[in-house]
Amino acid sequence: MKRTLAVVSAGLSVPSSTRLLADRLTTATVEALRERGVEVSVEVVELREHARDLADNLVTGFPNEALRHSVDTVTGADALIAVTPVFAASYSGLFKTFFDVLDKDALTAKPTLLGATAGTARHSLVLEHAMRPLFAYLRAVVAPTAVFAASEDWGGDEALADRVRRAGTDLADLVAARPPATRPDPFADPVPFETLLHGA
Amino acid sequence: MQFGIFSVGDITTDPTTGRAPSEAERLKAVVTIAEKVEEVGLDVFALGEHHNPPFFTSSPTTTLGYIAARTSRLQLSTATTLITTNDPVKIAEDYAMLQHLAAGRVDLMMGRGNTGPVYPWFGKDIRTGIELAVENYALLHRLWTEDVVDWSGKFRTPLQGFTSTPRPLDGVAPFVWHGSIRSPEIAEQAAYYGDGFFHNHIFWPKEHTQRMVEFYRRRFEHYGHGAADQAIVGLGGQVFMRKNSQDAVKEFRPYFDNAPVYGHGPSLEDFSRETPLTVGSPQQVIDRTLGFRDYVGDYQRQLFLIDHAGLPLKTVLEQLDLLGEEVVPVLRREFAALKPAHVPDAPTHASRVAAAGGAKDSTVHGAGDDVTGQAREEAQVR
Repeated sequence: MKRTLAVVSAGLSVPSSTRLLADRLTTATVEALRERGVEVSVEVVELREHARDLADNLVTGFPNEALRHSVDTVTGADALIAVTPVFAASYSGLFKTFFDVLDKDALTAKPTLLGATAGTARHSLVLEHAMRPLFAYLRAVVAPTAVFAASEDWGGDEALADRVRRAGTDLADLVAARPPATRPDPFADPVPFETLLHGA
Repeated sequence: MQFGIFSVGDITTDPTTGRAPSEAERLKAVVTIAEKVEEVGLDVFALGEHHNPPFFTSSPTTTLGYIAARTSRLQLSTATTLITTNDPVKIAEDYAMLQHLAAGRVDLMMGRGNTGPVYPWFGKDIRTGIELAVENYALLHRLWTEDVVDWSGKFRTPLQGFTSTPRPLDGVAPFVWHGSIRSPEIAEQAAYYGDGFFHNHIFWPKEHTQRMVEFYRRRFEHYGHGAADQAIVGLGGQVFMRKNSQDAVKEFRPYFDNAPVYGHGPSLEDFSRETPLTVGSPQQVIDRTLGFRDYVGDYQRQLFLIDHAGLPLKTVLEQLDLLGEEVVPVLRREFAALKPAHVPDAPTHASRVAAAGGAKDSTVHGAGDDVTGQAREEAQVR
């Protein structure tokens, strides 16, 4: 069965180094999955395109049609790659807002690979100090390797490419070890009223 | 089909004048609106219940009792009665009282309430909202159908030999609707009892309404109350009208842009596309409202929200004139022509008494001393 990989990129400029990192992580993951005999289709969510939709969602409490499509994509995916630029010592507000409006169980047990970009390597611990706690709270299964790319890494040696490859392998291992994602539907499989009334 | 108005009971600054009405003004206005609902030929007036500013409607039975005395035909309802934080014993007593005084023109809509602090203010926990709704209504249902109730549960003190008074008028409890935007448990509850299900149908996309109503209908049939298309469904809706569509948009926009629930977010146009909000001519309201049937089926009650977001009373009364003169007569005719014969109308006291085989006086005459309230044995012992 073909799996789905959702890629969330919170880069704001075009072209964006955040998107560039997201694409490289995606390629590495797809290749590693292929080596394990797992076919995957990739769906990219560019949060910049949803900047207003996300603000509206905060106010109204529901995602509009455009945003709903992206929310459903991420919620239903077998795996997630999430990449953000560093703003003020953390993930960007836009990035956080997207995960704020997801259902609280949307990422539960979902294999997830994290990435971040910034102008300087001084921000690199944002992965461990900001992103990991967020995704731990959301009960995602976060890959051991997360990838940070500073501006200088794009012109450096093979170090970034090696980290990207290792991260893709980590995520592929997590996905290949799991059955395809299913989401319980409370409308298709309701709790009978007698159970609600008297307990299970 | 029944048509009516539901009021949240908010006090909101009119963004075009910067002025907020007083509680006294809004309470008087709500009574005026309810009287006007009857005068223009609509059927139902439903009032919200809240326990914090900017709302003024903490005691709906007081207000509805007053309105009952000033109207003769209007059906009185709630939007919603807080089944979570109210004592179900007090709901049973209060609404049976109202039912008697209003000669049966009363039904209720149960809701959980989503204001976090209200729960602790009333000694409850919002995280147990569904459990509270399930247990409290189970007790309320028994208090209205059984003369003497022995009961124990998780959330309130047990009852031994308790009789809720007055007993329901003619031996028939007020009809109950259950309202929820997206909790299947509440639709399940409505279906289990064969009660009505109401979807707010204002703030969210229609897909939520469609999914909840479809589920409720399926479970209504599952529990043996009739076919799915015979389940009792009510919808909300939000409209603003002027003869010319452009005038409606221009006049309503500042109220929309500053409204407490959705203001400062999406545009009026976006929100009108994403939700059932209709701002335009009476004909546009007719067309949109008839379209609701396409995704919920034939339904029994349509309530409109028209008095919120700081709209002045004069404007609200003009909206009621448009509804009464131009919109509802057409909707009544069109919906009636489409409805198959086996789909029931909204239950009323008269129809429920008839279904019960006629009116019965259900007064429980106590065995005790009618002056002291003591039982005979008790009086003898002392």
